[in-house]
Formats: sequence, structure tokens, C-alpha cells
Amino acid sequence: MNKYTERLYNGIIKENPTFVLMLGMCPTLAVTSSAINGLGMGLSTTVVLIFSNLIISLFRKRIPNSVRIPAFIVIVASLVTIVEFLMKAYFQSLSDALGVYIPLIVVNCIILGRAESYASKNGPIKSAFDGIGMGLGFTIGLTLIGLIREILGAGTVFDMPLLKDLGYTPIAIFTRAPGAFLVLAFLVAGMNIVRKKMEAKGKPLAKPSGCISGDCANCSSHCENSTAENK
Amino acid sequence: METLSTLIGIAITYAIVNNVVLSQFLGICPFLGVSKKTETAAGMGGAVIFVITIASFITGVIYKYILANEALLNMGIDLTYLKTIVFILVIAALVQFVEMFLKKSIPALYKSLGVYLPLITTNCAVLGVALNAITYEYNLLETVVYGLATAVGFFIAIVLMAGIREKIEYNDIPKPFQGTAIVLVTAALMSIAFMGFSGM
Repeated sequence: MNKYTERLYNGIIKENPTFVLMLGMCPTLAVTSSAINGLGMGLSTTVVLIFSNLIISLFRKRIPNSVRIPAFIVIVASLVTIVEFLMKAYFQSLSDALGVYIPLIVVNCIILGRAESYASKNGPIKSAFDGIGMGLGFTIGLTLIGLIREILGAGTVFDMPLLKDLGYTPIAIFTRAPGAFLVLAFLVAGMNIVRKKMEAKGKPLAKPSGCISGDCANCSSHCENSTAENK
Repeated sequence: METLSTLIGIAITYAIVNNVVLSQFLGICPFLGVSKKTETAAGMGGAVIFVITIASFITGVIYKYILANEALLNMGIDLTYLKTIVFILVIAALVQFVEMFLKKSIPALYKSLGVYLPLITTNCAVLGVALNAITYEYNLLETVVYGLATAVGFFIAIVLMAGIREKIEYNDIPKPFQGTAIVLVTAALMSIAFMGFSGM
């Protein structure tokens, strides 16, 4: 496996942002009411992630350390604005469904996290592949959660009424807010079991690093560091 | 009087019915992370009320008088597309200023809220409120009330959650569900309860 495919493997399987690292929980809960929405959100985040990683990596030697977080935020926010307008122009209905969560990609932990921990230390091509891997990992995670919620809550698969035709009565609550929390709860519990098994095998998974670990500061700790340097 | 009833309507809708955490999924991070004890949850909630109210006012002013300035719009200059970039920077700067100001002038308040302030920059509720207020086409007063109500909703949700978590701690929970998973199940049940306000 060369260093580029290793990045893809790392993002999609080994450090999957949704299942293993548990990052970006706000969009994970909010937009997964159907598989299409999850897929759309995942892909828009992927586009932002690839270009933010690429650009930040290209400028990594030019950006002074003390102002790097604001600089990263400006780059990410510009990209998000571009993506927002592209979605409005070409995917009107998806853009309406995702609403405010598109501009909120700016505050997604995954993007600043990758910028800080990978793109600011590695070359542009490797960083771009890291973005592709992480982005696809996130997309797969959101689509799967969206699919589960859609099947249980509406009886459809990608808007095709497959289960409804079989006489399945959908449990509507799964497409509403409580369903999001519930599905994620079972996902976290399931991952706890997998984690245990992998540890017993001597191949421990990467630790969850986002809000889910109860360690909110992890994401913004970088910001705190830069504040400390400014003072 | 019509304006007053609109304001009260906004306040109740966003503090209780459309709760920011339980139905809009904004600010999930602190909701899961800082809700272990009622005291810290109340501190976080207080800090969020403080920051969101100020931030919604400032972003509202910036949007109305700079980005969507009528004189500029008449000249054909439309700066509204800059809102995401401007708002996130304003919020990040604002949090720093609030922190510095509190430290110097109101040390007592800083002592209780200070630790939570840096965490708020990445709280998507702040940016979400600022952006939503524009989508809903609120005027300045409505924006501030909307911000305050949303933040109060956050306060209610996080304090309730902390109270429940303190009780949960002594319960017999299946191993895989210990920790975050049971918190999410609790959040799901709370969310069902809050759905009752909108009349299921």
C-alpha cells in the first residue's frame, strides 16, 4: 500500500470520523433523516475538506503559527461559501433540506481538526488524499446512519418505497429528532463492543476524540493554545 | 402591541418548542461534554446565554448596516455573501474580547464563566443563531430576542440533562451503554418530551 492509498484506508476505515473518531456530531444528528440528505452533507463536507487541506498545506510555511487558527477559519469559511452557492445553483432541493447546516460546515470539528493535525504538517498531495479519505469516511458514515433512519422511519431506501410495498409500517419517530439521538446511542454502544473486541485481539481502535468522548475542549484546545500564545 | 406579541412568540418558540439542542441539534458538543454536574452545566449555560445574546446583536448590526447596507446595495454592491466568513471571525473575536473584558472588569463573573468561554467559539449554536436570524428575516430587536431565547433553551436543556445524569450515575446500566450512549438515549427521551410542546 503506497502512502496515498494508506491515507484513504486511514480515513475510511482505520480512523473513520463518524464511527471511530466520532467527530462532527452536530451534522451527523441533524441531517441524517434520509440517506440522500446524509450523502449530500457528506459530499459537500468532503469537497470543503479536500480543498481546505490542499490550500492549508500549500500555505503551511507562510502562515505564522500564532494566527494560524483564524487563517484556517478564513480559508475554510471561503470554501464553505463557495460550496453553499454551488449547491444553491445546482442542487436546490438538497440545499433547502440541509439549510443552515451547510454554512455550519465551518465549525465542523473534522475540518479544523484535520487542518491542525495533518494538513499543517504534511505536503499538499498527501493532505488532499487525507481530505478525500476522511471526507469519504464521513460520507459513508452519514449515508449509513441516514439509511438506517430512513428504513426504520419511512420504510424507504433512497426514496424508493421498497419496504412499504412489503407491508412494513414505518416508525415515524426515527426520522424525527428523537430518532437521531436513539440511532446514535445504539451506534456508540455498538462501537463500544467492537472497541472491546479489538482491544482483546491486541488491535485497539483509535480513541474517539470529539465531543462524544466528553472532551469538548479537544476540538477547540487548538484555539486555546493560540490564545495563550497571543497573550 | 403586535410587536410585543411577536417577540413573546419568538421567545417561547425557541426557548421551549423548537429547543436548540433537542430539536435543532445545535450545540451538541457542550450538551454531551459539559453536562456531568448541574453546577458546571449551569455555568456553561450562563456563558452561552451571555455570548449568544451579544453575538446575535453584533452580527445583526454588522449584517444590517454593513453587509446589507442599503446605500451599498443601491450602488450594486452586494456583500451579503460574506456573511459566513464575517460572522465566524466576529464570533471568535467577540469571545476573546468578552473573556478579556470579564477578566479585567467583572472577576466574579469571570470566575464562574471563564473556563467555558473558549469552548463557545466552536459551539455551532452561536453561528447557527446568527445565520438563522437572517434566513428568518428578523429585525434587530427580534434577532436579539431570538438569540436570547435560543440560549435560554440551551440552558434549560443542559441543566435538565445534568440533573438526570447525576441520577443515572448510580443506576445499573448495561456495559456497552455506559458513558455517552446512555446520555444519548436520555437525550432521545427528553427530545420526545419536548416534542410534546409542539403538539404531536
